[in-house]
Amino acid sequence: MRYKTIADAGIPVELVEAHAPVVLFHKVCLAFDDKVILQDVSFSVRAGHTKIFLGASGAGKSTILKLMLGLLRPDSGTIWVLGHRVDQMNEQEMMGVRHHMGMVFQEGALFDSLTVGENVGYKLYEETQMPLDDVRQRVEEVLGFVGLSEHIDKAPSALSGGQRRRVAIARAMAAKPTLLLYDEPTTGLDPMTSLTVDAEIIKLRDLERVTSVLVTHQLRDAFYVATHSAAPSGNGQPKMAPATAAKIEEADFVMLRDGVVAFEGSADELRQSEDPYLKTFLS
Amino acid sequence: MSVFQEGDWLTEFLKKSLLEVQEYVKLCFAAIRGSVSRPFYPRDVMEQIDIIGLGSLTVVILTGFFTGAVLVLQSGMTLDQFGARPYVGRLISATMIKELGPVLTALMLAGRVGAGIAAELGSMIVTEQISALRALGTDPVRKLVVPRVLAGFIMCPILTVVANTVGMLGGWIMATSQLRVASSVYWTSVVDGLYLQDVWMGIIKPFVLGFVIVTIGCHVGLRTSGGTQGVGRATTNAVVAASVTVLVVDFFLTRLLISVLF
Repeated sequence: MRYKTIADAGIPVELVEAHAPVVLFHKVCLAFDDKVILQDVSFSVRAGHTKIFLGASGAGKSTILKLMLGLLRPDSGTIWVLGHRVDQMNEQEMMGVRHHMGMVFQEGALFDSLTVGENVGYKLYEETQMPLDDVRQRVEEVLGFVGLSEHIDKAPSALSGGQRRRVAIARAMAAKPTLLLYDEPTTGLDPMTSLTVDAEIIKLRDLERVTSVLVTHQLRDAFYVATHSAAPSGNGQPKMAPATAAKIEEADFVMLRDGVVAFEGSADELRQSEDPYLKTFLS
Repeated sequence: MSVFQEGDWLTEFLKKSLLEVQEYVKLCFAAIRGSVSRPFYPRDVMEQIDIIGLGSLTVVILTGFFTGAVLVLQSGMTLDQFGARPYVGRLISATMIKELGPVLTALMLAGRVGAGIAAELGSMIVTEQISALRALGTDPVRKLVVPRVLAGFIMCPILTVVANTVGMLGGWIMATSQLRVASSVYWTSVVDGLYLQDVWMGIIKPFVLGFVIVTIGCHVGLRTSGGTQGVGRATTNAVVAASVTVLVVDFFLTRLLISVLF
């Protein structure tokens, strides 16, 4: 059946308590043939918090996002997302959980054959029976949020790399997800454009209360997201400022090394770590 | 290479081949299931009918016309040896409707549509658009495969009828202008040469061939790996696999239909 609203579409979020982890990995292992991708990976992400995965290319960072989204299945271990055990779900059941999630892919993964507006409104238009006027209104709203309102009728190929990433963020947030996953959203972008993408991630987290999982190997972006916050301002443009100590504590870092969790802790703990690998990575 | 290494290679090859067949069959069943259950995307079906059907019309018309024309020229010379030139229409109708129409249309579609589908879906795989679809709560089989399969299934028979008609028209032009066969003789001969069983055979075949071409294109496209180079490889594989399969399926289908219809 086609669903009436996004809320009707998904399986209800079933957290046992308000502060229960939104995502929970317990001893997750994954290998492709002989190559071990993840080995006994355990961590949790709490509602409204940010989890930042760091690591070299091939460390298994993007794989973790795909496991959360049910695009891959672990060989062993358990994965809970939004109160549901997803490692045993079939594709049809997983669709229900995905309705509460959004993902920003590495290169945006925008649909070439659709305009920017159609990309952003894809989920609302195709998977709900929301009236077209309401879809259009929501699309304009989220494109305004990422500052791309004037590009609504353009093809994705007519946009710059940074604009495409921001459209991807708009698409992921259009259906008001509870959990947003970012797969290297700033890779390949210049520093200034990266900052605008970082700002969108912070705005979504702080203004829309979306739990965020960020995978990156761009240290500057990781620390910027962890140490800054957004607040509403009088002129309608959110104000970016250094985060308070309590807010910084809400951002956790996980360092992956060859599929194993090599570090888990706050930004300060990561900076002060004496581990030679971490020191090399951070230098 | 030792005997053991050869054995390993053979085992791996057989395993890979069986896996491909298994995945292809699974995709076919998923496509059939998706065609008769919701969610269904009618807009995409119409779009694919336009792309696969109307988009292939020119190439099918040209193929049908020149095949019919050259068939008359070639068979005219042979029939002359028996003084059977007036029967050229009978030969054209039987050959075009039973065999050449369905097979040549299918081969043209394998080249044009099979390649297009494999390239499009392959590109979507390597740019993570398929993963994005799944992340957005859409089943790629229902959204991408089912509309293409339905469009191929519906349009292949229609295009075949067009190819047959145009082929017989091409034959008529050659028969009247080059072989000096009267129009009435040609068309009477065309009708005389046709039996109801022939028409059934000519109609049933393209349904199956249309399904085969599109499902192979989708299967190869969705299993693309290896970046842009992989997309090129997938496109080539789709055309080769679909073309060969069309000929093989046509042979077995012909045998089956002969035993059932005649």
